[in-house]
Amino acid sequence: MDILITGVLLGATYALIAMGLTLQYGVARIMNLANGEMLVAGAFGAFWVFTAQKTSPFAAALFVVPAAFLLNWLIYRFLMRPLVRRAKNRGMLEVDTILATFGLSFVFVGLMLLVFGGEFFTYSYLAEPFRILGSPFGLNRLVASATAVVICGALYWGIHGTRAGMAVRAVAVDPTAAGLVAIDVPKASAFAFALGGAVTATGGIVLSTFLTMDASIGVVFTMKALIIVIMGGVGDVRGAIIASLILGLAETAVASLLDPGLTLAAAYLLFVLVLLFRPEGLFGRRQS
Amino acid sequence: MNRRSVFALAVAAALSGALAAGTASAQAPIKIGAVAPKTGPLAGGAAITHWPNIQLWAHQVNERGGLRMKDGSRRKVEIIEYDDRTNPGETIKAVERLAEQDKADFIIAPYSTGLNVAAAPVYAKLGYPQITATSITDKIPELTQRYPSIFFALGATTTLAGSVADVLAKMKAEGKIGNKIAMVNVADAFGIELAEVSRPVFKKAGFEIVFDRSYPLGTQDLSPIVKGAKAANPDAFVAWSYPPDTFALTEQAKIEGLNVKAFYTAVATAFPAYGGKFGKSIEGHLGAGGINLDSPEIKAYMAAHQKVTGKPADFWASPVTYASLQVLEQSIEAVGLDRKAVIEHIKKGTFQTVMGPWKFNNQSIDKYWTVGQWQNGQFHGVASTGLPGAKPVIVKSGW
Repeated sequence: MDILITGVLLGATYALIAMGLTLQYGVARIMNLANGEMLVAGAFGAFWVFTAQKTSPFAAALFVVPAAFLLNWLIYRFLMRPLVRRAKNRGMLEVDTILATFGLSFVFVGLMLLVFGGEFFTYSYLAEPFRILGSPFGLNRLVASATAVVICGALYWGIHGTRAGMAVRAVAVDPTAAGLVAIDVPKASAFAFALGGAVTATGGIVLSTFLTMDASIGVVFTMKALIIVIMGGVGDVRGAIIASLILGLAETAVASLLDPGLTLAAAYLLFVLVLLFRPEGLFGRRQS
Repeated sequence: MNRRSVFALAVAAALSGALAAGTASAQAPIKIGAVAPKTGPLAGGAAITHWPNIQLWAHQVNERGGLRMKDGSRRKVEIIEYDDRTNPGETIKAVERLAEQDKADFIIAPYSTGLNVAAAPVYAKLGYPQITATSITDKIPELTQRYPSIFFALGATTTLAGSVADVLAKMKAEGKIGNKIAMVNVADAFGIELAEVSRPVFKKAGFEIVFDRSYPLGTQDLSPIVKGAKAANPDAFVAWSYPPDTFALTEQAKIEGLNVKAFYTAVATAFPAYGGKFGKSIEGHLGAGGINLDSPEIKAYMAAHQKVTGKPADFWASPVTYASLQVLEQSIEAVGLDRKAVIEHIKKGTFQTVMGPWKFNNQSIDKYWTVGQWQNGQFHGVASTGLPGAKPVIVKSGW
């Protein structure tokens, strides 16, 4: 039971890391390798609010979320749009954006180093035990999971329950066909990319309450998000959620029952299995 | 004023500024190269322990008017910094670049054990002294024999592990703790080496290791580890850990209510951020390092560090790093810019540093702090290999 709860909590953490990239890659078709840096920037915001303003780190969401949305919109509008226009096919767009965002991640690391310095930033917030069925769990991790549930729920509803969401889904399935039925594809893509960035930064705020970070740790989160997005299937919010939970449960089970040293091996084994037997991901559509 | 004349004015101002700078200092500054992580996995540690000390040292030397050379002249120092991105290949390239392109007179040793060992051959080949302040290894005898330019100041792995065992054994002998130890380590060169070294040492000291696990570097959830350790019901918890996991293990142990009488985490326990994050709940926590906070030199050093860099020094390798720069400073003042002579001087001389008098014995300092403990909001040295000022060890009082 402990393993189950711990695993779900970890899975929710992973969902927070990966949800933004799902939107950016699934809809806007941009494999954003600077995703982790956006998360770290959000975490920096929370850290600053907590230490300098002495208020709840979640207050950072008030300015981090709009700022991340705007920044990502600008990135899409001015850096990614030319690449989208130039790309002859999806493969070319992927290669181009991977290279461009890879470079962008270095720019972000440099900027954060300049603004925040290179030290670890860590603080204690809600680091109290919360008992579920008699076992203690970190309250900050529970709050993170709750946030993950809210964000995933909102995204799922937004994408599957609204007209704008339908447009976004249509773009995810086929940008060309979506354009034919009067969907503003560039606008929907830019919106999805910006929203993805905002979600990632929100994840950063929440994760900063229990993870120690520094300016150059973003790549760790990018890698995790990448695995989850590819496992879950491109552009499917459900897939990413399921993949996060599977990873969280598998890692916790391996760490508790076998050996904590094998968690990474277990994660990559799952990844390889999915790639072998369902290369399109758990919920992905087979390419025709 | 039109745009062109503004431009002309600016050019003129820039030119005159350059000329003035050229004539003002007749003696060109001594070029000191520095290469260490500003990005990558070790950047966080380097930003606390390594870079601020270089800043502080250069500031203090230049404020005094520069280094006092043998001929009576004063030479200021100029620092040239490179980021090695925590990549040994980059460290080596940067050292070569500093020597050949920037014509640095001296190059400060890199940060961490791995990067220093990787760079040792290139320092030796180019003939630059490499006074390391952040490397811990059992290979000191081999390395110093192979590389005449390398110096060690932070200690050896086995000594560090043995000292932890000694501290715990003493607590056991005094009846303060039982004989059950839960030990975890980060699965990385540092953690694996310490875990392997400490297993026989703990057993020899009469301890039973009831829980012994490793975890990968960068694990985001350490609660299974702490749950496992708690289930084994230990008297002492020892973690050969790195900064992010030192923080995470401590927080998780607090949440799980892992009640041990002795709690040890390795790197980063001596960081001021550790005390800042956990406040009073870490009273009695043991960690790698420690310093003598009662020494007047250390007091003055801590105050200057805060004033010049705007942040506190750590309670372990920070003053050692600063002392390594003092060694370089005093050697240059004694024998000049001849690197060969400086290396010989470091091997034989005695140096007055913030860590007290230093004399290298076979290119290594053999008196150093090994274990420290948080007591009343400060991290004091409680065990060393012969340094004065160790505080008595206290029992961890709970969370």
